[in-house]
Parts: sequence; C-alpha cells; structure tokens
Amino acid sequence: MKRINNPQELEKVREEILGSRDPDKPCITICSGTGCHAFGCEKVTESFRAELRKQALEERIYIRTTGCHGFCEKGPLVVINPQKIFYQRVTPEDTGEIIAETLLKNNIIERLLYTHPQTGEKIVKEENVPFYKGQMRIIFGNNGKIDPTKIEDYIAIGGYKALSKVLRELSPPEIIDIIKNSGLRGRGGGGFPAGVKWESCRNAPGDKHYVICNADEGDPGAYMDRSLLEGNPHSVLEGMMIGAYAIGSDEGYIYVRNEYPLAVRNVGIAIDQLRECGLLGENILDTGFNFDIKVNRGGGAFVCGESTALMASLEGQAGEPRAKHIHTVESGLWEEPTNLNNVETWANVPLIINEGVDWYTDIGTENSKGTKIFSLVGKVNNTGLVEVPMGITIREIVYDIGGGIPGDGKFKAIQTGGPSGGCIPESLIDIQVDFDKLTEVGSMMGSGGMIVMDDKTCMVDTAKYFLNFLKDESCGKCTTCRDGTRRMYELVDAITRGEGKEGDIELLEELSWVVSEASLCALGQTAPNPVLSTIRYFTDEYEAHIKDKRCPAGVCKDLITYSIDEEKCTACGKCKKVCPSDAITGEKKVPHIIDTEKCIRCGACITECKFDAIEVA
Amino acid sequence: MGPKAIDRILKKYDYEHSSIIGVLQDLQDEENYLPEKDLEHISERLSMPLARIYRIATFYNTFSLTPRGKQLINVCLGTACHVRGAARVLDRLKMYLGIDVGEMTKDRLFSLQTVNCVGACALGPIVVIGNEYHGQITPGKVESTIKKYRKKPRKSATKSPRHKKLKIEN
Amino acid sequence: MITFTIDGFEVEGEKGQNVLQVALDNGFDIPHLCYHEALKPYGACRLCQVEVTKGGRTRLTTSCNYPVLEGISVQTNTEKTTRARKMVIELLLARCPGVPIIKDLAKEYSVGEPRFKVDNDDCILCGLCERVCREVVGVDAITFLGRGSDRKVGPPLEINPKTCIACGACVYICPTNCIKLEETESERTIVRWERTLPMKKCKACGRSFAPWFQLEYFGKITDGIPADFWDKCVDCR
Repeated sequence: MKRINNPQELEKVREEILGSRDPDKPCITICSGTGCHAFGCEKVTESFRAELRKQALEERIYIRTTGCHGFCEKGPLVVINPQKIFYQRVTPEDTGEIIAETLLKNNIIERLLYTHPQTGEKIVKEENVPFYKGQMRIIFGNNGKIDPTKIEDYIAIGGYKALSKVLRELSPPEIIDIIKNSGLRGRGGGGFPAGVKWESCRNAPGDKHYVICNADEGDPGAYMDRSLLEGNPHSVLEGMMIGAYAIGSDEGYIYVRNEYPLAVRNVGIAIDQLRECGLLGENILDTGFNFDIKVNRGGGAFVCGESTALMASLEGQAGEPRAKHIHTVESGLWEEPTNLNNVETWANVPLIINEGVDWYTDIGTENSKGTKIFSLVGKVNNTGLVEVPMGITIREIVYDIGGGIPGDGKFKAIQTGGPSGGCIPESLIDIQVDFDKLTEVGSMMGSGGMIVMDDKTCMVDTAKYFLNFLKDESCGKCTTCRDGTRRMYELVDAITRGEGKEGDIELLEELSWVVSEASLCALGQTAPNPVLSTIRYFTDEYEAHIKDKRCPAGVCKDLITYSIDEEKCTACGKCKKVCPSDAITGEKKVPHIIDTEKCIRCGACITECKFDAIEVA
Repeated sequence: MGPKAIDRILKKYDYEHSSIIGVLQDLQDEENYLPEKDLEHISERLSMPLARIYRIATFYNTFSLTPRGKQLINVCLGTACHVRGAARVLDRLKMYLGIDVGEMTKDRLFSLQTVNCVGACALGPIVVIGNEYHGQITPGKVESTIKKYRKKPRKSATKSPRHKKLKIEN
Repeated sequence: MITFTIDGFEVEGEKGQNVLQVALDNGFDIPHLCYHEALKPYGACRLCQVEVTKGGRTRLTTSCNYPVLEGISVQTNTEKTTRARKMVIELLLARCPGVPIIKDLAKEYSVGEPRFKVDNDDCILCGLCERVCREVVGVDAITFLGRGSDRKVGPPLEINPKTCIACGACVYICPTNCIKLEETESERTIVRWERTLPMKKCKACGRSFAPWFQLEYFGKITDGIPADFWDKCVDCR
C-alpha cells in the first residue's frame, strides 16, 4: 500500500480500489474465523483455489477469506456473492460442484443449504437463515465482507472515512460530545458512558495521555472480541485513533490474550499496514495528529481484564489491581491519564461518527444504545456470535436466533456476564436485555457471554464451577477475595458431594456480602454473583443437594448412579469398550450391566451409547 | 538457551523492564518452559531483581518453570465447554495419561494443562493439542484422539503458530 | 492542610496522607495488619474497614489506602465495619488458628470457632516482609509467588535468596511472627528463607556483630563513609 498523505489521497485510493473491483463479479467468501478453522476451512479454501486454477477461472471469480461470520456451529461457512447464497458444512469435496453448478450455472446445491430445523425448509440466502434474520449486524457484519489482512478491503467498505472526517472537521470536544450524545457505554463489563470517560481523561492534567484497547477477553464462554479483532482489526484501530485524537493521546496499547494467536497476528498485520501507508505515525493525513499503537500479549490472567491490573501488566508487573480512589483517567498507565475501552466499544466509534448520533440512538433502549454482540453458546441449537439491538428479549435470542434447546432438553437458565455475572431463570426469559435490566435481575452484561443451560445443567455445579475459576484467578491480594472465594468454593463443593449442612446457604450469603463489600477490585466485588443468583433463583436445587443428597440434574458425581435400561440396550458392546474402570459387563445379545461400585461416573458410556440406554439417577 | 540468544530477545525489547512479560513469552516459545539459569541471566542483564521475574513467572498462567512434554494438551474449561461436559473429558484425560494437570507423562511426550477459554465456544468441549483444535470431544473420544499423536512424533508444539492447523473430531 | 471528620471529630491531614494514618495519629483505634507507616499502603488484609461519606455517598472502604480529602466524613465503628471485620478475622483465624495476634483480634471481636475448614498456616500474606525488603532494604530477596488461593511469599527459588543480607527487617515487621532469626557466634540464619550468612567480628571488641555480606552491601549503597566504618560494631564506632 502506498503512502496516504492527506484526506484527498485517501478518497483517491478508495476510488482506485473500488474502480478496480467489479461488484457483479462472482466472489466465493470463505469464513476463516477460529471456529471454521477448527472445522477445516483452510482445506476448503485450498481446494477452491486449486479448482479455480484447474478450470482457468481465477480471472473471472474472486475468492476471499474473511473473519468470523458468527454461525460457528455450521462451519465451514461459504457465501457466494453477489447473490449471497449461503452454504454450510462445506467440505473440500464440495468445491468443484459449487464452482460448476452455482458459480457457472447459477444452480443451487440443495444439500449444502441450511435446513430450518422446525419447518424443514431449505434456505438459500444468508440473511434469511433464522440465525441471522433476527440480528442487527452493524458492527459484526463487516467481518463477512473483508479479508482482515487486507487494508484495501477495509478502505473499500468506507474504512478510515470517520477518522478523516474527525481530523478535518471536528474539534476534540465536538467528538467527545458526539460520543456522549450517542449514549455509547463500555462493552467490557461495567457499562460506563464512554464519552464521559473520554472527557475526564482529556481534561486530566498530565505530560502524556494514553489510550488502551482491552482485548484480554477473559470471560470464559465469550469470544466476540476475539472475532472482531481477528475479523476486522481496522475497525478497532480506527476507533482507537479517533479516541486518541479526541483525548489528546499520541500513544496507544492493545492488550490482547496470548491464547488468541490469530487475533495477535491479524492486528499486528493491520498495524504494519497503517504504518506503511502513514495512517499511523507522525502527522497523520497531514493534520498534525501523531499516534502509534503497540501490541502487548497477555499472560493468561483473568484479573488483567480489570483496568488497573491490566495497566500494571503493561508496565511489566504482576497484574495486581490497585485501589481506584484516584481514577485511571487521571492516573493510569505510568501514572498518566489513561483511557481504556474494550474491543467492541472502540469498534462502535467509527460507526457513530459515520452514521450520526440520531441514527445510533434510534437503536436500543433508553439507557443502553446501539447493539451488543453476544456469544450464544452452551445448550442451544445455533451456537455462535450474535449481534442484536439492546432491548431484545432473552426468548428472542435463545429461540428465534438460537433455534431453541437441542434434543428434548428444557431451557433452565441463561448465564450472562461471565464469572462476575449470574444465572437468569426461565421465569425471566422475557426481560429486555440491556445493561440496567441484567444488573437488576442479579446478573450483568459483562463482555457478552450467554451460556444457555438446560435441565441437565446443575446450578449448584455451575456455582462451583465459577468459584473454582475465581479462587484460581483472584490475584490473591485481598483476604476477602483470596480466602473468601476459596471458602465459598469449599462450602459449595461439599454441597455437591452430599456433605452440605443446614445453614450452609446462610453462611454463603453472609460471606458473599463481605467478599463483595470489602474486596479491593471488581473481581472480588462481583465474585459472589454466580452463587447469589443461583441461590436466589434455584434454592430448591441447593436444598435437594443439602437435605435429600440428590442432584436433580444428574451432574454431581457423588450423588448419582448410572444404570442400563434393559429395554433400550441392544448389547452392542460399545459402552463396555469405552468404560475406563471395567464397570460394564455383559455377553453378546444380553443387555449389559453397570457395577455401581466400580463405576466412576465419567460419562464415557453415555456419550458412546447410541440408544440412550444409560440412565442417570 | 545461550546467553547470546537471550541477549537477542532482550535487544528486541530494547532492554526495557516493562517488556519483561514479552521477554519471558519469547523465551518460553523457544525453550518450552522457563529454565532457571536463563531467568538468572535475564535478571543480570536487565539488572532486574530475580524476585520480580519469579513473581511474574508464577503469576501468569502462560508460564511454566518446569519442562513440559513435546505435545501440550490444553483442555478448555470455559463455561460453554463446562456445561457440555469438559470436566468429564479432563477426568478421562488424566486417567488415560496417568498424570494430573500441570504434569508431564513419563515418556515426556505429553503435558496436561487447562485453559480458561480458547474462544471457540461453539465447538465445545474443546481440547487443543499443540496447535490443533479438537472440537466436540467426549470422554469416549479421548483415547483415539491422543493415540494419533503417539504414532507420528511432531515438532515441538509450543512454537508460536504462524499458520495454525486446526481439526475437528466428528 | 486538609480538614475532615473521623467519628464526628474534626481532624487535619496533609496531602498524600491516608485516612488510617491520620486516624492512628489522632488516637482512633482501627485494627490493621498489613499497614506500616514506613511502607506504601497496600490494602491486602482488608481489616481497616471504615465508612467514608463523600459527596453524599457513603461506602465501605479500607482506610489505609484511602487518601485524605477535604470535607469527607469517616466512621470507624459502624454495623457494617464490624460485620466486615468480623468475617475478615474469621477467615484469617481459619487460615492461621495458632497465631496470637489473630486469636486476640478474634477475642476482641467475639469471633468464635471458624465455620470453615481450619488450616494450619502461620502467614496471612500481608506482604509487609516483601515490601520492607523491596521498599526499605532494597534487596528484593523475597516476593509473592503464585496467585489466587495458591499465593505464598518467599524467595524466588524457594530457599536461600542470593540477595538476602539477613538484616532481619522481615523478622521485625512480621505481625504473625512467622519469620524467625537464629544467631550464633559465627552465623546468622533467617529460618523461613533458609538463608545463613557468616558473621563478621568487630575489629575493636572482637564480638561478632553482623553478617559480612550485609556490611558489604551497606558499604556499597552508602557514600562518604570510610570503608573501615563497617569493620566495627555499633558500640565501638
């Protein structure tokens, strides 16, 4: 990419790129997000390329590998443009047929289409697939249009227009007003108004101001930031640049999880491209604005999602939070004013500048504007990333977009907000999802994980899972958080082992109050949420464990037994083969038997049995 | 790692104390763990107390102070994987390999680790071996999955991936 | 001067001071374990809880790292501070049931037998030893290792920290008395860190008075003091 010296040149480059591309020329778009990678999209891409070469069609047909399209469940995903024909579960063997039939003859290959699970209808276009239909993909949708490693692709869809506009036409306070008026709230968890934060940081005295992008997406079960940074890194970088200009910063950092190698790679490529064409560095677009960005890889510590811990980590320290009696916008990284937002928040910024405040504030609820990307996972048919307007109900997300619960399972709860959040029961399935409502019901938005739980999910086990996570991920500084979460874990663990006592629930509540009130940082302050919300909505399950020594969901190993239903067992012998403790016996043609003494309830037989013959009681 | 190689890493980061986490990440990418003598060398070259280096090396999950097996088996324990039975997969792995989390098999082939979330939640439960993602793993599939890695010895799995190879088990 | 109130009494502090410091100076009793006036406040033990009202909003907070601010009102003894302190003490007591200072606090706050599984530790991870070694002595011999419920404090390689001068500052500052110093005519040992150093004899009186290594370190970090100054014990200098 050649150097872009001023706004006029940026527009010229854009025209050149668009001029060199034929919008009607067929294009094979292959999702190359992490999910599709795991399903083997690389081989599919190779196969497409080989086929095009073989048939000498390379000139006539574009091929584009993009970031995550969101519908990871059905990968590898291929979209044929411009018709937007949506093929799922594509294999290398299908590529020749797709080229011959769909691209050359315009015939649809029924086999590769998405089938509506209820109606059995075959759906041709991406936008008509129920998973996508209910979404509003204003941030995430561009992932499917661009190759994240090509800045030309981003410029072609209007990239850096917003940056160019603010540098030419707007003063920093005017930008801050726009962000304030847009109602944009931080997507990382707290939901603090971004514009207010920017303003405080801008007004704080200091030799230097920093901006940081928090890409240390630590909430287990949430991966929207990963997919954004992987699939559209320039949108995040453009947002940071606009923020830096508004705040008066010339140095930015991206703190990204080391567990996300593709995101690290793609954002690195994007930064190199920006430096090469002069959009990062000195005197950007000839406006006197200087700015550069460094990428730091995280070390795998959940607590580093907390802003002061993240800054300590950037300074080369252990990620221990400090008290925020003086805010980071006044004294953050190297004790200078620092503005930190997360990946998704930054990605919203160019959109707000381009489309305007009125357009943006039309989306969402009164106090939560815009859209939110959720990672819809767990016990739900269509798992993947969904972007929806704030205010949508949980029911719409789980049933209309997510296609409901797999098999004969029954919706029990949805967990949001990661380890700081809580479990929302079925009785609240019609609440409108926004920052305030989720907090009101005892959970929180967090970074947007939504884990669907069905009747085979034990809520006490869920609480134990999060406590185990938190006791390990606590930095260990505060007595209340370090020892408090450990003691809560011990109590809940005992309950799941049938050793719960009368009064345990009350003790958990008492301890919860102190852990949340007396701990230093947000990790400790929110740590009791998973326990409190499950006690609040699923007391009966706790009591079943404590009083009846029973796990109603059939999860807690010490409280269940496995047996084989003679009627269903076909004596195929598969369970016997996988059983690691030799607990299953049985001759050919005779229903098998489980020795409950030997059985370690590992679940191997359950997943292996094709006849649903293993019973858990 | 030789002193020269370490100096090359330190130089890449301009000998900055604030880059110590990056330095250790690079060292581990090369050595598969953080050898004591290398940490002492870094401490000397940077005039940074060894205590501070160890604090960082023991604080972050990424780092290992003991040698690890040729193949790193990372079991994702993210919430999405958990509700789909990741704990049972982990139990099965422990039993099959005969080691606990954080340990290495006697033949030095495998090390077992857990990770909080690899961000591929739609495919859970996930086990990442080296750089290959194995999705929708069940306790019953554990043995056959691991066996594949016994047959053909592969290059050290900890080199940071340029191009990841990813796979799904069905 | 910054004026604010503690339990209704008007007090004064200076910029940079924290609430606990001013409270202690004025004779208010706030329990604390990880605070020492010679060190930067850390906020780890969570015992020094107070309620601070600022701008009409009241919140529970630790006083050791709360900066003195004009016009704030601090309550040192409320239903909430007691509730929080009692649980902190119960947690510490479950961790270190045999430590006198914790047992005394438990008595004072009427905390009975801990309702949790009882460990048998002697360290409350207040970090005073680690901070005094780093901030005051400046040798960084010990540090926090690990995190979460596995956190502990110790030398980087578990024992015998090479930079330790066996000065005993950690021994002196430890509130639970879990770091011990043993000394003979020829050696001094910091027991917990398994660090033993040979002693130097005073050139004048012949009594052994400090580890060689420590005196070398002092010689290195001090300017303008004649080298033979460190050859004699404090009495003979």
